[in-house]
Amino acid sequence: MAQPGFPRWAAVLGLVALVAPLAAPNDYWIGVMARICLYATLALGLNIVVGFAGLLDLGYVAFFGIGSYLYTFLASAHFGLHLPFLVTLPIVILLTAGSGILIGAPTLRLAGDYLAIVTLGFGEITYLLLINLDRPVNITGGPSGIVGIDPPAVAGFALSTNTHYYYLFLAALGLTLLASARLRHSRIGWAWQAIREDELAARAMGINTTVAKLQAFAIGASFAGIGGSFLASWQRSVFPENFLFTESINILAMVIVGGMGNLLGVVAGAALLVSLPEVFRDLQRYRLLAFGLMLMVLMVFRPQGLLSFERKESSDD
Amino acid sequence: MLKLTDVDTHYGPLPVLKSVSLEVRVGEIVCLLGGNASGKSTTMKTILGVVRPTAGRVEFEGDRIDGLATEVIARRGISLVPEARRIFARMTVWENLSMGAFTRQKAPAGEVAQDFERVWTLFPRLKERQHQLGGTLSGGEQQMLAIGRALMARPRLLLMDEPSMGLAPVLVDQVFDIIRAINGQGTTILVVEQNAPVALSIATRGYVLQNGRIVIHDTARILLATDYVRRAYLGED
Repeated sequence: MAQPGFPRWAAVLGLVALVAPLAAPNDYWIGVMARICLYATLALGLNIVVGFAGLLDLGYVAFFGIGSYLYTFLASAHFGLHLPFLVTLPIVILLTAGSGILIGAPTLRLAGDYLAIVTLGFGEITYLLLINLDRPVNITGGPSGIVGIDPPAVAGFALSTNTHYYYLFLAALGLTLLASARLRHSRIGWAWQAIREDELAARAMGINTTVAKLQAFAIGASFAGIGGSFLASWQRSVFPENFLFTESINILAMVIVGGMGNLLGVVAGAALLVSLPEVFRDLQRYRLLAFGLMLMVLMVFRPQGLLSFERKESSDD
Repeated sequence: MLKLTDVDTHYGPLPVLKSVSLEVRVGEIVCLLGGNASGKSTTMKTILGVVRPTAGRVEFEGDRIDGLATEVIARRGISLVPEARRIFARMTVWENLSMGAFTRQKAPAGEVAQDFERVWTLFPRLKERQHQLGGTLSGGEQQMLAIGRALMARPRLLLMDEPSMGLAPVLVDQVFDIIRAINGQGTTILVVEQNAPVALSIATRGYVLQNGRIVIHDTARILLATDYVRRAYLGED
């Protein structure tokens, strides 16, 4: 099946992203840009599950939380483990992918609304565990979370400014984008798309849908493992409130607003949904109102998302 | 080649197939007739492992396949042209066909290309539209695509679930001509149909299902001449 070439304008966009901090008005906006990269990575992970495989996961934030707390356990004063960043990150990615399989497995036979409801439940369960696992043994720190997390350090250089984090997150975003593009045109990617289009037909083609779905959950979760590690090390602290249900919806909105399945659309969705609330900050208490209006306008005029699916929706037969 | 022996299938507590036995021999076109809710589609689903029989056995080329997963059964050489076609709407014609050859990534170079040629020869329309999305095709073209996709797996047994459904009469004749051609190229076919006259016109043998039981089975020629079949399925008084 066709391997798309690496588009030249993607390289241009990458260059723009590289020099963007120079154009930022202040450090605060560099922080916003870093957050865009962080959320775009998360949205790309969710896009694998929702956009590619067509499995509506409303509890994606669970993996974000699991990733964050796993990083915290391995690299903070909480358990006294101070593993180096380059050791911690791969461990967290692997374990988060494993949690994707654990949470994905019971949902395999569910589809559509039922899958959405159960994944939503898993998201809530994870949040409740984070809040309550401070007794009888203190694991998660309970509602007050965990502070004093190690910043990422590579070869003696510890990241400290927003600019440092921006470049780290940008690099990760580049890698996850590339991975998503490669996956999409791989055998697994085609299997996912076949499942999304028609699960029974996919099975009749000899596709093992059980394995393919678990792969989608695991790979999607592993992206959240990256995002979680970044959040924890950047905030230097984690709290259960970082992983509320609204975050799942927020990340899902990035995928949908951008154009489900379209990789650059998903990144654009993340950029829009992270930066809009900042742009509207001057409106103070009307900020969320303006944000909501903006989303509604977008859905009315671009129902297929900012960057539409590169293929038209099917006609009605 | 395919043999069902005393197969019972239930949906929950509800019995749908009751002691169904049927056989498809190498090289045949066998048709399974029956009205709505007679159990035709359930028979297909049972063969392909989408639902599991509660009693009896399903054998393919001498091996029991009941209890195996659908994808495992498909890999053994049974392809399905599903009811209502179920093509991949947001994939192109070419991609749909490639998905049909999904399990054949180890096939010798050129073999899949040959199969594309075979499908293009059977359905020149599909070749013209190979870059179009499946969902944008007409009903008849989608049926052709569903058949082509099933052929890409090089099945030894092809299951077809109501290939005439929703097609204009002229298209129905075309589709059945093609089914006969595919059979002539060496693929054994089991076709489920409500359109009995057309199905019997190309079939070797036929079975009639009623309320989950096989009530008649015979050669197509005799079935066409049988009073009961004529009255029930050919619309004659």
